[in-house]
Amino acid sequence: MTFFERWHLDKPLFTALLILAGVSLVVLYSASGENLRFALSDASRLLVGFVIMITIAQISPETYRRWSVPVFVAGVLGLGAVLAIGAVRFGARRWIAMGPLSIQPSEFMKLFVPMMLSWFFSRYHLPPRLWQIASATLILLVPVLLIAKEPDLGTALIVLLSGVIVLFLAGMGWRTITAVALLGLGAAPIFWAHMHHYQRQRIFVLFHPEADPLGAGYHAIQAMIAVGSGGIFGQGWLQSSQAHLHFLPDSTTDFAFAVFCQEFGLFGNLALLALYLFIVYRGLRIAFAAQDTYSRLLAGSLSILFFFDVFINMGMVAGILPVVGVPLPLLSYGGTSLIIVMAGLGVLMSIHSHRRLVN
Amino acid sequence: MRHIPLKNDTKEIRLFESRVLVTIILGATLIIALITRLSYLEIVRHHYYAGLAQNNRISPIPIPPARGLILDRNGVVLAEDFPVFTLQVVPDRVSNMGQLLAKLKTWIAFNKEDLHDFQRRLLQHKPFQSVTLRAHLSEAEAARIAVNLTRLKGVALHARLRRYYPLGGLAVDAIGYVSRITPSEELGTQAARYFGYRHIGQLGVERSYQKELMGRIGFKDVEMNAQGRAVKILKRILPHAGHNLYLNIDAQMQAIGEQMLNNRPGSVVALNPRTGAVLTLISSPIYDPNQFVDGIREKAYKVLATDPNGPLNDRAINGLYPPGSTIKPFYAYSALQTQWFDPHKKVLCPGYYHLPHSTHLFHCWKPLGMGRVDLKNAIEESCDVYFYHLAFEQGIERMTRYLTYFGFGHRTGIDLPGEYRGLVPTNAWIKASKRPWYPGQTIITGIGQGPLLATPLQLADAVAAIANHGVRMRPQVVRGIVNPVTHNVRYIKPFGYPAIPRHRKNSLKRLIRDMTQVVEGPHGTARGIAYGLPYKVAGKTGTAQLWSVTPNFKGKRVRADALFIAFAPVSHPRIAIAVIVEHAGFGALAAAPIARALMNFYLLGHVHARPQNQARTQVALTGIKP
Repeated sequence: MTFFERWHLDKPLFTALLILAGVSLVVLYSASGENLRFALSDASRLLVGFVIMITIAQISPETYRRWSVPVFVAGVLGLGAVLAIGAVRFGARRWIAMGPLSIQPSEFMKLFVPMMLSWFFSRYHLPPRLWQIASATLILLVPVLLIAKEPDLGTALIVLLSGVIVLFLAGMGWRTITAVALLGLGAAPIFWAHMHHYQRQRIFVLFHPEADPLGAGYHAIQAMIAVGSGGIFGQGWLQSSQAHLHFLPDSTTDFAFAVFCQEFGLFGNLALLALYLFIVYRGLRIAFAAQDTYSRLLAGSLSILFFFDVFINMGMVAGILPVVGVPLPLLSYGGTSLIIVMAGLGVLMSIHSHRRLVN
Repeated sequence: MRHIPLKNDTKEIRLFESRVLVTIILGATLIIALITRLSYLEIVRHHYYAGLAQNNRISPIPIPPARGLILDRNGVVLAEDFPVFTLQVVPDRVSNMGQLLAKLKTWIAFNKEDLHDFQRRLLQHKPFQSVTLRAHLSEAEAARIAVNLTRLKGVALHARLRRYYPLGGLAVDAIGYVSRITPSEELGTQAARYFGYRHIGQLGVERSYQKELMGRIGFKDVEMNAQGRAVKILKRILPHAGHNLYLNIDAQMQAIGEQMLNNRPGSVVALNPRTGAVLTLISSPIYDPNQFVDGIREKAYKVLATDPNGPLNDRAINGLYPPGSTIKPFYAYSALQTQWFDPHKKVLCPGYYHLPHSTHLFHCWKPLGMGRVDLKNAIEESCDVYFYHLAFEQGIERMTRYLTYFGFGHRTGIDLPGEYRGLVPTNAWIKASKRPWYPGQTIITGIGQGPLLATPLQLADAVAAIANHGVRMRPQVVRGIVNPVTHNVRYIKPFGYPAIPRHRKNSLKRLIRDMTQVVEGPHGTARGIAYGLPYKVAGKTGTAQLWSVTPNFKGKRVRADALFIAFAPVSHPRIAIAVIVEHAGFGALAAAPIARALMNFYLLGHVHARPQNQARTQVALTGIKP
């Protein structure tokens, strides 16, 4: 029994994550203006993440399956609590203050929704019937709507996406998918009408960032400047003027990838992307090897959600997606989101290492 | 509830795999899109964004050069750049503004306006920008602040160069002044050239030689962060100081003239007839240009602008005067070029003149007349009737043609901005005015009245043309432009206009001889200035009568301006001069002595020809000891 088997870890996945954590330290040291304390703080947070991941990997997926419903219900109650007693920051009610910690329950739903829906579908023979899909959709919409009410449209969409992935992997019929897609398109204008002004602005500036270079388009423009000035080979480590001179906002969190782009260029981007895709690939392999529906759906949806997290952040920095507050997994200086990502990866490891030698 | 712990339906697995495959295809598409986008930004648009990043990073901070000096013909400094200290405060670094101001008040005597302006600027300032508290400190104040600077957080002493005119209003109308470039300043396509400059020449040679004086701006490239704070200096391009101007003007002579005018409204222009060099250019009253440099206060400006004597009006080039009798020599010259005119023929002056078939009388300035006068007597005594005859015989077309040859009705081309043309009633003008021209108008034009208008500069330039053998020179204020580094001087070459047509030999010589009689002759109108002169002067007096249109004189009161034009010495003219004193009546009394003093000073080196009076009077007049 090797070390990795002993600790229920997938060696290639674990190695990739360690490399990524190293990259994160390198990038954030630069993005924070060569602030060693900041880098150490990032390191400690990554350490906590890894500890959580390893801890979660020790527990069998069967346990998670059993706990899926309680944690989901607890999460929904948490969201309700946020709306009732949550702290308002930056104009949105997203946090619950718990002593020194402030917790964002919506982040947890990125994990709890796939667990809940995987549990739901694992009870039936797949592909699911229409009523099952309808029920699953209702279950999904509860947290999504609660999060959207905070308002935190970005997270709500990602939670929605996490549920949709499960629905899709469970085998939701193509006709149903088409119908829902058409329904969604039809509802888009209504949705648009109910959006906040700043949210519409963000979508608008996606197409015309120059229309408001110091306002809504500022983030997008400064990020594109950082990316474009990186060139093929990058400016070199610690050479991101956009971050050092504070032109790039949120350079240690949501826009850390922009700093990476300016410093390491297109080659760095491709390497980083390859690393992320490798993690997704490992996750999908774990899903393929999973022995039961619950594990399969959960592993598949978590891997694919991880991919979308990466894509949405990079797409936002590159200016092909609107500016939504989604951090780049592991690379960004993380709080709750890092813990959730690491927990998800822990679940993947758990699924990988708790295979039964039956059948 | 069915419990299916280990359901391993191959169909279900295949479904899952197919769904993952679809997702992978979708994901691959997204990844390709992302890579394409990144490649586009990082390869195709790299230069564009690298430029933007550089612009974000580096701000060029202008370093203004020293503006060129302006010196008189003897090297007396008329305009210079003087280092002054500005007291500035960076509000973002001050913890308690009230306390700081109270502390500063113990060292500096602020006035109400300083503090008021400061409060206003404070509201408009950008983060970490400094705000001016006092534009210039006295040396003692600057020293007091400098000593305590380390204890004053957020306070900065900023040294800069300020334009200073050490002689105050002396020759202000020739020198002009600089003032702040305001946002409303219409620089047009020149805007880029003035990037980084705070001041621009407004009038005089400060304006017309702006390009030479301004030098070239220097820059330091400063790395700036997003808050606009300088992080470090990357590159420095030193400024090039502006070129110095040597003027033809003699500051001492200018001072004598200005003090003799003693802020009475009037003007003096003295030229070197051979080169057109402007030796003196006075428009009185004068004003202090220093108050304009950093923006004049509204009150002070109102005082200047509403002064009935109009100090801001540059009379030398913008003052339009009826030339009066000083125009007579030019008509005499034109008549002398004809075959029919006989200068010896005597004309009876009974004190009045009337046109044939008309009863309207045109009077001579001497009510009882001068008797029989020829050209010599007519110029010497300034007989109006003689020139009424001459005007009638020559006709307006010929008169105005010759006036045009002498430069009237056109800009002289002096190197000062905004010169006026004056007015000569040429055929074209008469036609354009769309009013009938009566023969009577020709008659009064014959003694320099009527619509005829000339600037003092035009009069000086015209009389200089007589002195310079009929060649009129372009007046030139600037003598040379000096490169401050190489000390190379670029002299400005004198420029002569085409010679005034002369069809009869000795006609000019005769005219000059007759003009000399004005000063030398027993009946000469300016004989009062002839005493003790060691050189000969040719001149002509004038008293221009004007129906006043200035609002401060109610009704149609006649204004009589005293005029005198002259050049000397007659044999080899070195100075030509035109003097106008407004409201001063008879030209010989008010204007001629000023011309005499300036000619004395220029030709002899002192104001008074009589040695015994010299010291006393000169000090009294000018405050300058010989």
